[in-house]
Amino acid sequence: MTVTVNRYKCGYCGACVSVCPMAALELVETWIEINDSCDDCDTCVNICPIGAIESVKE
Amino acid sequence: MKNKYDVIVVGAGPAGSSVAKTASKAGLDVLLIEKRQEIGDPVRCAEGADKEGIKRHIKPDPRWIAAEVKGSYIFAPDGTKLQISEKLSGAEVGYVLERKIFDRALAEQAVSSGAEVIVKTSATGLIRKNKQITGIHARSIGESVDIKAKIVVGADGVESKVGRFAGINTTLAPKDIETCAQFLVSGIEVDEYSHFYLGNSIAPGGYAWVFPKGEGVANIGIGVRGSRSGKGMPVKLLSNFVKHHFPTGKIIEVVFGAVPASGPIEKTIANGLMLAGDSARQSDPLTGGGILNALDAGVMAGTVAASCIEKDDVSEKALMEYEIQWRETIGKKIRKSLVVKEKFGTLTDEQFNTLAHSIEGKCKSTMNVFDMILALFKANPRLLWEFRNLIK
Repeated sequence: MTVTVNRYKCGYCGACVSVCPMAALELVETWIEINDSCDDCDTCVNICPIGAIESVKE
Repeated sequence: MKNKYDVIVVGAGPAGSSVAKTASKAGLDVLLIEKRQEIGDPVRCAEGADKEGIKRHIKPDPRWIAAEVKGSYIFAPDGTKLQISEKLSGAEVGYVLERKIFDRALAEQAVSSGAEVIVKTSATGLIRKNKQITGIHARSIGESVDIKAKIVVGADGVESKVGRFAGINTTLAPKDIETCAQFLVSGIEVDEYSHFYLGNSIAPGGYAWVFPKGEGVANIGIGVRGSRSGKGMPVKLLSNFVKHHFPTGKIIEVVFGAVPASGPIEKTIANGLMLAGDSARQSDPLTGGGILNALDAGVMAGTVAASCIEKDDVSEKALMEYEIQWRETIGKKIRKSLVVKEKFGTLTDEQFNTLAHSIEGKCKSTMNVFDMILALFKANPRLLWEFRNLIK
Protein backbone atom coordinates (compact mmCIF):
# COMPACT_ATOMS: atom_id res chain seq x y z
CA MET A 1 0.00 0.00 0.00
CA THR A 2 1.28 3.38 -0.86
CA VAL A 3 0.41 6.60 -2.64
CA THR A 4 1.21 7.67 -6.16
CA VAL A 5 2.03 11.19 -7.29
CA ASN A 6 0.82 12.28 -10.69
CA ARG A 7 3.95 14.04 -11.85
CA TYR A 8 2.08 15.79 -14.65
CA LYS A 9 -0.06 17.53 -12.01
CA CYS A 10 2.50 17.91 -9.20
CA GLY A 11 3.65 21.49 -8.53
CA TYR A 12 6.68 20.23 -6.53
CA CYS A 13 5.94 22.49 -3.56
CA GLY A 14 6.81 20.01 -0.80
CA ALA A 15 3.56 20.39 1.20
CA CYS A 16 3.12 16.59 1.27
CA VAL A 17 6.68 16.05 2.52
CA SER A 18 6.21 18.34 5.52
CA VAL A 19 3.13 16.51 6.84
CA CYS A 20 4.22 12.91 6.23
CA PRO A 21 4.44 11.27 9.68
CA MET A 22 6.56 8.42 8.30
CA ALA A 23 9.08 10.65 6.46
CA ALA A 24 8.27 8.53 3.41
CA LEU A 25 8.27 11.41 0.94
CA GLU A 26 11.06 13.52 -0.45
CA LEU A 27 11.04 16.48 -2.81
CA VAL A 28 13.96 15.99 -5.19
CA GLU A 29 14.29 19.11 -7.36
CA THR A 30 11.05 18.83 -9.35
CA TRP A 31 9.59 15.49 -8.37
CA ILE A 32 8.46 13.56 -5.31
CA GLU A 33 10.08 10.26 -4.33
CA ILE A 34 8.22 7.81 -2.09
CA ASN A 35 10.01 5.18 -0.02
CA ASP A 36 8.50 1.98 1.33
CA SER A 37 7.81 3.34 4.83
CA CYS A 38 4.51 4.84 3.58
CA ASP A 39 1.73 3.44 5.75
CA ASP A 40 -1.13 4.71 3.63
CA CYS A 41 -2.43 7.31 6.12
CA ASP A 42 -3.50 9.60 3.24
CA THR A 43 -2.51 12.79 5.09
CA CYS A 44 -0.64 13.97 1.99
CA VAL A 45 -3.62 13.27 -0.28
CA ASN A 46 -5.65 16.01 1.41
CA ILE A 47 -2.77 18.45 1.85
CA CYS A 48 -1.64 18.59 -1.78
CA PRO A 49 -2.90 21.98 -3.03
CA ILE A 50 -3.48 20.67 -6.56
CA GLY A 51 -4.70 17.16 -5.82
CA ALA A 52 -1.79 15.35 -7.47
CA ILE A 53 -1.61 12.50 -4.95
CA GLU A 54 -3.74 9.36 -5.19
CA SER A 55 -4.13 6.72 -2.55
CA VAL A 56 -3.48 3.21 -3.89
CA LYS A 57 -5.64 0.66 -2.07
CA GLU A 58 -4.87 -2.93 -2.96
CA MET B 1 34.10 21.92 -3.28
CA LYS B 2 36.40 20.98 -0.43
CA ASN B 3 35.83 18.05 1.92
CA LYS B 4 35.78 20.16 5.08
CA TYR B 5 34.28 23.50 6.19
CA ASP B 6 33.52 25.35 9.39
CA VAL B 7 29.82 25.55 8.52
CA ILE B 8 27.64 23.81 5.91
CA VAL B 9 24.30 25.49 5.24
CA VAL B 10 21.67 23.32 3.55
CA GLY B 11 19.28 25.38 1.42
CA ALA B 12 19.87 28.71 -0.33
CA GLY B 13 16.63 30.53 0.48
CA PRO B 14 16.52 33.68 2.64
CA ALA B 15 17.41 31.81 5.86
CA GLY B 16 20.32 29.90 4.35
CA SER B 17 21.85 32.85 2.53
CA SER B 18 21.51 34.96 5.68
CA VAL B 19 23.33 32.35 7.78
CA ALA B 20 26.03 31.96 5.12
CA LYS B 21 26.57 35.70 4.78
CA THR B 22 26.73 36.29 8.54
CA ALA B 23 29.03 33.34 9.25
CA SER B 24 31.45 34.12 6.43
CA LYS B 25 31.57 37.79 7.38
CA ALA B 26 32.64 36.62 10.86
CA GLY B 27 35.57 34.86 9.21
CA LEU B 28 34.24 31.30 8.96
CA ASP B 29 34.76 28.95 6.04
CA VAL B 30 31.20 28.38 4.78
CA LEU B 31 29.60 26.10 2.18
CA LEU B 32 26.03 26.87 1.09
CA ILE B 33 24.32 24.08 -0.85
CA GLU B 34 21.09 24.27 -2.86
CA LYS B 35 19.34 21.16 -4.12
CA ARG B 36 17.87 22.90 -7.13
CA GLN B 37 19.91 23.93 -10.12
CA GLU B 38 18.63 27.50 -9.83
CA ILE B 39 18.41 29.53 -6.62
CA GLY B 40 15.00 31.14 -6.07
CA ASP B 41 13.13 29.13 -8.66
CA PRO B 42 10.43 27.80 -8.70
CA VAL B 43 8.84 30.38 -6.43
CA ARG B 44 6.59 29.11 -3.61
CA CYS B 45 5.66 32.42 -2.03
CA ALA B 46 3.18 35.31 -2.15
CA GLU B 47 6.23 37.62 -2.17
CA GLY B 48 5.00 40.27 0.27
CA ALA B 49 7.54 41.53 2.81
CA ASP B 50 8.02 44.34 5.30
CA LYS B 51 10.05 47.06 3.65
CA GLU B 52 11.99 48.37 6.64
CA GLY B 53 12.80 44.83 7.74
CA ILE B 54 14.15 43.84 4.34
CA LYS B 55 16.27 47.00 4.22
CA ARG B 56 18.07 45.89 7.37
CA HIS B 57 19.42 42.91 5.43
CA ILE B 58 19.99 44.08 1.87
CA LYS B 59 20.22 47.33 -0.07
CA PRO B 60 16.99 47.84 -2.04
CA ASP B 61 17.37 47.11 -5.73
CA PRO B 62 14.64 47.76 -8.32
CA ARG B 63 15.56 44.41 -9.96
CA TRP B 64 13.84 42.52 -7.14
CA ILE B 65 11.14 45.00 -6.10
CA ALA B 66 8.09 44.24 -8.23
CA ALA B 67 5.91 46.81 -6.47
CA GLU B 68 5.58 48.82 -3.30
CA VAL B 69 2.34 48.92 -1.36
CA LYS B 70 0.97 51.69 0.87
CA GLY B 71 -0.93 49.39 3.16
CA SER B 72 -3.54 46.66 3.35
CA TYR B 73 -7.27 46.26 2.92
CA ILE B 74 -8.93 43.46 4.81
CA PHE B 75 -12.33 42.29 3.59
CA ALA B 76 -14.83 40.53 5.86
CA PRO B 77 -17.01 37.84 4.28
CA ASP B 78 -19.83 40.39 3.66
CA GLY B 79 -17.40 42.77 1.95
CA THR B 80 -16.86 45.16 4.88
CA LYS B 81 -13.49 46.79 4.27
CA LEU B 82 -10.90 47.59 6.93
CA GLN B 83 -7.71 49.47 6.16
CA ILE B 84 -4.30 49.37 7.77
CA SER B 85 -1.35 51.50 6.80
CA GLU B 86 2.02 50.51 5.54
CA LYS B 87 4.02 52.15 8.25
CA LEU B 88 2.82 49.78 10.89
CA SER B 89 1.04 47.03 9.08
CA GLY B 90 3.32 44.32 10.41
CA ALA B 91 5.69 42.02 8.64
CA GLU B 92 3.60 41.02 5.65
CA VAL B 93 3.42 44.05 3.34
CA GLY B 94 5.52 46.91 2.11
CA TYR B 95 7.43 45.38 -0.77
CA VAL B 96 6.08 42.86 -3.22
CA LEU B 97 9.25 41.06 -4.21
CA GLU B 98 10.44 39.24 -7.29
CA ARG B 99 11.67 36.24 -5.33
CA LYS B 100 13.54 34.63 -8.23
CA ILE B 101 15.84 37.65 -8.32
CA PHE B 102 15.71 38.49 -4.60
CA ASP B 103 16.88 35.04 -3.48
CA ARG B 104 19.74 35.13 -5.95
CA ALA B 105 20.74 38.61 -4.71
CA LEU B 106 20.86 37.24 -1.15
CA ALA B 107 23.03 34.33 -2.30
CA GLU B 108 25.32 36.81 -4.09
CA GLN B 109 25.71 38.67 -0.79
CA ALA B 110 26.77 35.42 0.87
CA VAL B 111 29.27 34.75 -1.93
CA SER B 112 30.74 38.23 -1.79
CA SER B 113 31.19 37.77 1.95
CA GLY B 114 33.32 34.73 1.20
CA ALA B 115 30.91 31.77 1.22
CA GLU B 116 31.10 29.03 -1.40
CA VAL B 117 27.82 28.11 -3.12
CA ILE B 118 27.12 24.82 -4.86
CA VAL B 119 23.82 24.16 -6.61
CA LYS B 120 22.09 20.91 -7.65
CA THR B 121 23.43 19.43 -4.42
CA SER B 122 21.29 18.03 -1.61
CA ALA B 123 21.92 16.63 1.86
CA THR B 124 20.97 12.93 2.02
CA GLY B 125 22.02 12.31 5.62
CA LEU B 126 24.23 13.43 8.49
CA ILE B 127 27.70 12.27 9.47
CA ARG B 128 28.03 11.62 13.22
CA LYS B 129 30.97 11.02 15.48
CA ASN B 130 29.89 9.82 18.90
CA LYS B 131 26.80 11.97 19.47
CA GLN B 132 28.08 14.95 17.55
CA ILE B 133 26.97 15.85 14.02
CA THR B 134 30.15 16.40 12.04
CA GLY B 135 29.00 16.85 8.46
CA ILE B 136 26.64 15.70 5.74
CA HIS B 137 26.25 12.94 3.22
CA ALA B 138 25.34 14.71 0.00
CA ARG B 139 24.39 14.08 -3.59
CA SER B 140 26.09 16.62 -5.82
CA ILE B 141 24.98 16.53 -9.45
CA GLY B 142 24.28 12.82 -9.08
CA GLU B 143 27.52 11.93 -7.27
CA SER B 144 27.65 10.84 -3.62
CA VAL B 145 30.02 12.86 -1.46
CA ASP B 146 30.74 13.28 2.24
CA ILE B 147 31.51 16.79 3.50
CA LYS B 148 32.66 17.53 7.03
CA ALA B 149 31.75 20.60 9.08
CA LYS B 150 31.88 21.80 12.66
CA ILE B 151 28.28 22.99 12.38
CA VAL B 152 25.52 22.00 9.94
CA VAL B 153 22.65 24.47 9.50
CA GLY B 154 19.38 23.13 8.08
CA ALA B 155 17.67 25.92 6.13
CA ASP B 156 15.90 23.47 3.87
CA GLY B 157 12.44 24.91 3.91
CA VAL B 158 8.97 23.59 4.57
CA GLU B 159 9.94 20.11 3.32
CA SER B 160 12.98 20.06 5.64
CA LYS B 161 14.82 16.78 6.02
CA VAL B 162 17.83 17.96 8.00
CA GLY B 163 15.91 18.36 11.26
CA ARG B 164 14.47 14.88 10.93
CA PHE B 165 17.93 13.44 10.16
CA ALA B 166 19.06 14.94 13.49
CA GLY B 167 16.14 13.44 15.40
CA ILE B 168 14.18 16.69 15.71
CA ASN B 169 10.50 16.20 15.02
CA THR B 170 9.60 18.85 12.44
CA THR B 171 6.61 16.98 10.99
CA LEU B 172 3.65 19.35 10.69
CA ALA B 173 0.18 18.23 11.69
CA PRO B 174 -2.43 19.15 9.05
CA LYS B 175 -3.83 21.83 11.40
CA ASP B 176 -0.37 23.41 11.55
CA ILE B 177 0.10 24.02 7.84
CA GLU B 178 -1.48 26.34 5.30
CA THR B 179 -1.72 24.70 1.89
CA CYS B 180 -1.63 27.34 -0.84
CA ALA B 181 -2.17 27.99 -4.52
CA GLN B 182 -1.41 31.23 -6.32
CA PHE B 183 -1.82 32.58 -9.85
CA LEU B 184 0.12 35.46 -11.33
CA VAL B 185 -2.77 37.25 -13.04
CA SER B 186 -2.33 39.79 -15.82
CA GLY B 187 -4.76 42.21 -17.47
CA ILE B 188 -6.49 43.34 -14.30
CA GLU B 189 -6.87 46.58 -12.40
CA VAL B 190 -4.71 46.78 -9.32
CA ASP B 191 -4.21 49.50 -6.72
CA GLU B 192 -1.34 50.18 -4.33
CA TYR B 193 -2.70 48.05 -1.51
CA SER B 194 -2.42 44.43 -0.53
CA HIS B 195 -5.87 42.87 -0.25
CA PHE B 196 -6.85 40.13 2.19
CA TYR B 197 -10.19 38.31 2.01
CA LEU B 198 -11.51 36.37 4.98
CA GLY B 199 -14.33 33.83 5.05
CA ASN B 200 -15.01 30.15 5.55
CA SER B 201 -16.27 29.67 2.02
CA ILE B 202 -13.43 31.75 0.51
CA ALA B 203 -10.53 30.09 2.34
CA PRO B 204 -11.34 27.75 5.27
CA GLY B 205 -8.93 28.54 8.12
CA GLY B 206 -6.87 30.86 5.95
CA TYR B 207 -7.38 33.80 3.62
CA ALA B 208 -7.21 34.85 -0.01
CA TRP B 209 -4.80 37.57 -1.07
CA VAL B 210 -4.17 39.98 -3.91
CA PHE B 211 -0.66 41.45 -3.92
CA PRO B 212 0.02 43.96 -6.72
CA LYS B 213 3.13 43.23 -8.79
CA GLY B 214 3.10 46.29 -11.04
CA GLU B 215 0.93 47.64 -13.84
CA GLY B 216 -2.08 45.35 -14.32
CA VAL B 217 -0.47 42.33 -12.66
CA ALA B 218 -0.92 40.73 -9.24
CA ASN B 219 -0.19 37.62 -7.22
CA ILE B 220 -3.61 36.23 -6.35
CA GLY B 221 -3.63 33.30 -4.00
CA ILE B 222 -5.42 31.28 -1.37
CA GLY B 223 -4.20 29.50 1.73
CA VAL B 224 -6.33 26.82 3.38
CA ARG B 225 -5.66 25.30 6.78
CA GLY B 226 -4.48 21.76 6.16
CA SER B 227 -6.96 20.16 8.57
CA ARG B 228 -9.83 21.76 6.65
CA SER B 229 -8.53 21.12 3.16
CA GLY B 230 -9.49 18.34 0.82
CA LYS B 231 -7.89 16.95 -2.27
CA GLY B 232 -6.88 19.88 -4.50
CA MET B 233 -9.12 22.33 -2.60
CA PRO B 234 -6.79 25.37 -2.72
CA VAL B 235 -6.52 25.44 -6.51
CA LYS B 236 -10.29 24.87 -6.97
CA LEU B 237 -11.17 27.69 -4.55
CA LEU B 238 -8.63 29.97 -6.19
CA SER B 239 -9.99 29.35 -9.68
CA ASN B 240 -13.47 30.33 -8.47
CA PHE B 241 -12.13 33.38 -6.61
CA VAL B 242 -10.28 34.68 -9.67
CA LYS B 243 -13.26 34.03 -11.98
CA HIS B 244 -15.53 35.93 -9.59
CA HIS B 245 -13.31 38.91 -8.72
CA PHE B 246 -11.13 39.20 -11.84
CA PRO B 247 -13.17 37.82 -14.77
CA THR B 248 -10.90 39.49 -17.34
CA GLY B 249 -7.69 38.24 -15.74
CA LYS B 250 -5.28 36.03 -17.63
CA ILE B 251 -3.24 33.54 -15.63
CA ILE B 252 0.41 33.71 -16.69
CA GLU B 253 2.02 31.67 -13.92
CA VAL B 254 0.90 29.16 -11.29
CA VAL B 255 2.55 28.69 -7.90
CA PHE B 256 1.97 26.08 -5.21
CA GLY B 257 3.31 26.02 -1.70
CA ALA B 258 2.78 25.39 1.96
CA VAL B 259 3.47 27.56 4.99
CA PRO B 260 4.33 26.19 8.43
CA ALA B 261 1.78 27.63 10.88
CA SER B 262 2.63 25.68 14.01
CA GLY B 263 4.17 28.42 16.11
CA PRO B 264 7.47 27.62 17.87
CA ILE B 265 8.45 23.93 17.79
CA GLU B 266 10.05 22.12 20.71
CA LYS B 267 13.65 22.48 19.62
CA THR B 268 15.73 23.67 16.69
CA ILE B 269 19.23 22.61 17.74
CA ALA B 270 21.27 19.45 18.30
CA ASN B 271 24.97 18.75 18.86
CA GLY B 272 26.59 20.49 15.87
CA LEU B 273 23.30 21.44 14.22
CA MET B 274 20.87 24.35 13.95
CA LEU B 275 17.67 24.92 11.95
CA ALA B 276 16.58 28.30 10.58
CA GLY B 277 13.64 29.70 8.61
CA ASP B 278 10.73 27.54 7.46
CA SER B 279 12.65 24.38 8.41
CA ALA B 280 12.58 25.68 12.01
CA ARG B 281 8.87 26.53 11.55
CA GLN B 282 9.63 30.23 12.19
CA SER B 283 7.01 31.61 9.80
CA ASP B 284 4.09 33.60 11.21
CA PRO B 285 1.03 31.36 11.73
CA LEU B 286 -1.43 34.23 11.23
CA THR B 287 -0.04 36.14 8.25
CA GLY B 288 2.03 33.34 6.74
CA GLY B 289 4.93 35.78 6.41
CA GLY B 290 8.29 34.09 6.72
CA ILE B 291 10.96 35.96 4.78
CA LEU B 292 11.93 38.49 7.43
CA ASN B 293 11.87 35.96 10.27
CA ALA B 294 14.11 33.73 8.15
CA LEU B 295 16.57 36.56 7.49
CA ASP B 296 16.63 37.56 11.17
CA ALA B 297 17.03 33.97 12.38
CA GLY B 298 19.82 33.53 9.84
CA VAL B 299 21.77 36.40 11.37
CA MET B 300 21.28 34.93 14.86
CA ALA B 301 22.34 31.44 13.75
CA GLY B 302 25.38 32.75 11.85
CA THR B 303 26.50 34.89 14.78
CA VAL B 304 26.11 32.08 17.31
CA ALA B 305 27.92 29.67 14.95
CA ALA B 306 30.88 32.05 14.82
CA SER B 307 31.11 32.52 18.59
CA CYS B 308 30.72 28.79 19.30
CA ILE B 309 33.38 27.81 16.77
CA GLU B 310 35.72 30.44 18.21
CA LYS B 311 35.25 28.89 21.66
CA ASP B 312 35.65 25.43 20.13
CA ASP B 313 32.35 24.23 21.60
CA VAL B 314 29.57 23.34 19.17
CA SER B 315 27.58 21.15 21.55
CA GLU B 316 23.82 21.50 21.82
CA LYS B 317 24.39 23.27 25.11
CA ALA B 318 26.60 25.91 23.48
CA LEU B 319 24.18 26.37 20.55
CA MET B 320 21.39 27.01 23.07
CA GLU B 321 22.31 30.69 22.72
CA TYR B 322 20.66 30.63 19.26
CA GLU B 323 17.57 28.90 20.61
CA ILE B 324 17.22 31.51 23.37
CA GLN B 325 17.74 34.45 21.00
CA TRP B 326 15.16 33.45 18.41
CA ARG B 327 12.54 32.41 20.98
CA GLU B 328 12.86 35.78 22.74
CA THR B 329 12.20 37.65 19.50
CA ILE B 330 10.62 35.73 16.61
CA GLY B 331 9.25 33.08 18.98
CA LYS B 332 7.28 35.58 21.06
CA LYS B 333 5.69 37.12 17.98
CA ILE B 334 4.67 33.86 16.35
CA ARG B 335 3.31 32.52 19.63
CA LYS B 336 0.95 35.52 19.83
CA SER B 337 0.00 35.10 16.18
CA LEU B 338 -0.83 31.47 16.87
CA VAL B 339 -3.33 32.46 19.60
CA VAL B 340 -5.09 34.79 17.15
CA LYS B 341 -5.01 32.24 14.34
CA GLU B 342 -6.46 29.50 16.56
CA LYS B 343 -9.33 31.76 17.60
CA PHE B 344 -10.05 33.03 14.10
CA GLY B 345 -10.18 29.42 12.98
CA THR B 346 -13.28 28.88 15.14
CA LEU B 347 -15.26 31.91 13.91
CA THR B 348 -18.27 31.73 11.62
CA ASP B 349 -18.66 34.17 8.72
CA GLU B 350 -21.31 36.02 10.73
CA GLN B 351 -18.85 36.46 13.60
CA PHE B 352 -16.17 37.75 11.21
CA ASN B 353 -18.70 40.27 9.89
CA THR B 354 -19.66 41.35 13.43
CA LEU B 355 -16.00 41.88 14.28
CA ALA B 356 -15.40 43.93 11.14
CA HIS B 357 -18.48 46.10 11.77
CA SER B 358 -17.33 46.76 15.34
CA ILE B 359 -14.23 48.63 14.23
CA GLU B 360 -15.30 49.76 10.75
CA GLY B 361 -14.27 53.38 10.24
CA LYS B 362 -12.39 53.35 13.52
CA CYS B 363 -9.11 52.04 12.13
CA LYS B 364 -6.53 54.74 12.52
CA SER B 365 -4.01 55.17 9.75
CA THR B 366 -1.24 54.21 12.13
CA MET B 367 -2.72 50.84 13.04
CA ASN B 368 -0.73 47.67 12.56
CA VAL B 369 -2.14 44.15 12.48
CA PHE B 370 -1.68 43.73 16.20
CA ASP B 371 -3.25 47.11 17.04
CA MET B 372 -6.23 45.97 15.02
CA ILE B 373 -6.42 42.70 16.96
CA LEU B 374 -6.42 44.69 20.21
CA ALA B 375 -9.10 47.08 18.92
CA LEU B 376 -11.20 44.04 18.01
CA PHE B 377 -10.69 42.61 21.48
CA LYS B 378 -11.69 45.87 23.19
CA ALA B 379 -14.86 46.07 21.11
CA ASN B 380 -15.68 42.35 21.49
CA PRO B 381 -14.22 41.13 24.78
CA ARG B 382 -16.66 38.23 25.19
CA LEU B 383 -16.22 36.87 21.70
CA LEU B 384 -12.43 37.22 21.80
CA TRP B 385 -11.80 36.40 25.47
CA GLU B 386 -8.80 34.23 24.49
CA PHE B 387 -6.97 37.40 23.46
CA ARG B 388 -6.87 38.87 26.99
CA ASN B 389 -3.36 37.55 27.63
CA LEU B 390 -2.02 39.18 24.47
CA ILE B 391 -2.29 42.64 26.02
CA LYS B 392 0.98 43.47 27.61
